[in-house]
Amino acid sequence: MAKDTKHQLEIVTKPAFLDASALKIPMLQILKEDGTLHKGVKAPDMDKNLALKVFDTMQFIRILDERMIAAQRQGRISFYLSSLGEEAASIGSAAALQADDMIMGQYREQGALAFRGFTVEQFMDQLFSNERDLGKGRQMPVHYGCKDLNFMTIASPLATQIPQATGYAYGQKMDKSGTCTICYFGEGAASEGDFHAALNMAAVYKVPVIFFCRNNGYAISTPSQGEQYAGDGIAPRGVAYGMKTIRVDGNDIFAVYQATQLARKLAVEENEPVLIEGMSYRMAGHSTSDDPTGYRTREEEDSWRAKDPVARFQKWLLAKGWINEDDAQANYDEKKAAVLAALKEAEKVPAPHIDELIEDVYDTPPKHLKQQLEELKAHIRKYPDAYPKTASRLNGGDK
Amino acid sequence: MAKMNLLQAINSALEIAMTKSDKVYSFGEDTGSFGGVFRATSGLTEKFGKHRNFNTPLVEQGILGFANGLASQGSYAVAEIQFGDYIFPAFDQIVNESAKFRYRSGNEFDVGGLTIRTPYGGGIAGGHYHSQSPEAYFAHTPGLKIVMPRNPYMAKGLLLSSIFDPNPVLFMEPKRLYRASVGEVPEEEYTLELGKADVVREGSDVTIVAWGAQVEMAEKAADKAAEAGISCEVIDLVSILPWDVETVAKSVFKTGRLVVTQEAPLTNGFASEVAATIQQECFLYLESPIMRVCGLDTPYPLCHEKEYFVDHLKVYEAVHASMNY
Repeated sequence: MAKDTKHQLEIVTKPAFLDASALKIPMLQILKEDGTLHKGVKAPDMDKNLALKVFDTMQFIRILDERMIAAQRQGRISFYLSSLGEEAASIGSAAALQADDMIMGQYREQGALAFRGFTVEQFMDQLFSNERDLGKGRQMPVHYGCKDLNFMTIASPLATQIPQATGYAYGQKMDKSGTCTICYFGEGAASEGDFHAALNMAAVYKVPVIFFCRNNGYAISTPSQGEQYAGDGIAPRGVAYGMKTIRVDGNDIFAVYQATQLARKLAVEENEPVLIEGMSYRMAGHSTSDDPTGYRTREEEDSWRAKDPVARFQKWLLAKGWINEDDAQANYDEKKAAVLAALKEAEKVPAPHIDELIEDVYDTPPKHLKQQLEELKAHIRKYPDAYPKTASRLNGGDK
Repeated sequence: MAKMNLLQAINSALEIAMTKSDKVYSFGEDTGSFGGVFRATSGLTEKFGKHRNFNTPLVEQGILGFANGLASQGSYAVAEIQFGDYIFPAFDQIVNESAKFRYRSGNEFDVGGLTIRTPYGGGIAGGHYHSQSPEAYFAHTPGLKIVMPRNPYMAKGLLLSSIFDPNPVLFMEPKRLYRASVGEVPEEEYTLELGKADVVREGSDVTIVAWGAQVEMAEKAADKAAEAGISCEVIDLVSILPWDVETVAKSVFKTGRLVVTQEAPLTNGFASEVAATIQQECFLYLESPIMRVCGLDTPYPLCHEKEYFVDHLKVYEAVHASMNY
């Protein structure tokens, strides 16, 4: 066959258009929906300790999510975003990484953060915007961040973290750190320009980054297939940008874990960026401000309930004999009590002092911010009843 | 000291910064071994290698997203946007990400190592999309610093300060002066304070405030005013965020008159901010209304650039009007 030497292309003489069927990417599944392994397939290299830690984190996150949705309904917090149904995607992938790998999340990866060791008290401090919150009460609930745990602070704008992950990983590569960055986002965010910029640049620069797309079927109310995209999901885009790509069952803890483990090896040892598309389903609304009954059916939700990642893994663990029903229940009850206790405690802790308002805009507050703060405090002193949270905490010594 | 034009001064600052720390990276469209469309990054790839000074794909939002990530990792990211007119795809990354990175994380993370270099301004027959002065859009964003040098000496010292400043800095380079402005510049490292205005010329009758390339027009107007017996004090703001209210107010206490001039369109430009603040600070000292001499509220034109351009004659007329109010 003839070849174009400049572009190394095969030459054809009859017009032929390719369509989406030219690249249909299969889905890796190891653990079936019934909690048993596919025939002839071995469970990935996950020892008992790790498996129990993963399951423990799954249980904790499910309790936290359910309890905090209720707390929002009771008016105790303003807002909440649940990861219900997607626990395997974030926890299974985080479990395959090292503690010094950077995590850049969207806002549905509380499981990864819990796996890293963020405590129930730290979760509550952020959710209640109290003075112990690492983010100093400045962002809406669920916008967690923790430098010690290498978990980049969450921001609301979608997809902005994706090119940032490419840049972060570039620095890791240049430092010869032997670490990588994982970046989570949804299939909706993958429509943003930042996604395309990020994948292209990562492939061009060959940086150690793992892009993890949680394809959970919906962007708020917009269904993925046919309305978010017309092609075969997100995975083919990775191939088009020239990077290693895999699609996994996002509700299968083993598929997620194994794919991420292999991706990390490619990223760190060969500077190959990787795209993982985890197929899953957002069991709850987009947030507590959303009601899914307006755009999807109960039957559809039930069909996914049967694929539940936590129940699936629990079945496998029970069959393996690594947990038993009684211990699992006791563990669940203990976690639930800890969540309730932390909630009650955190909501009593006061908000950060008003002086924090002008900190961290710059490394030190410039003159005009100090002046604006003094003017604000004078105003609060004049009308203390209008600002009860702050007025009582201004000391008399301030001007 | 050496004679350098503004581009050579910037190139010298980049070379010194990259020598000083191997965590300094320079990148942008065509900025690799080619050295950028204006040649500001010439020679850097040869000296520091293609991993320290490199090309990016053609995607401004990606350049800034990448730069934010690299800076958050602890590196010094010096990102070039080829023209200020093309910075808008990166607006979200700058305004929602760079500017808020430290604040939103409670100082867990920051992008203090970020510097965005971009040429701005008119007078080069660049039409709509190679002439704009977009500083005011960014000056509305807490968390950024915005620096605009007027000559090679200022450019080098300010760029070195910007790169190592612990905050994200938007460094806007007056492209009309890239080769036109030549001056004595120390070959070694030196820094200039960010946020401090520079009194370019002392005077007693009228204060003229400008920044970047427009300082040249302010000085020329002051020359013409001097011929008419009017003594102008010319202040280069140097940095518009934060800006040095004190130096301008001190001058206006003395002169009682203020003319603010900018290349950008009149409405909601940074000159309006200067005027509003100074009328509050100096109200009882003012002898005439504060005047703004700015571009028209139109897109930047091509064939009528000479008429549109905020030249020294327009600034002089405002000075004259202020004196005769």
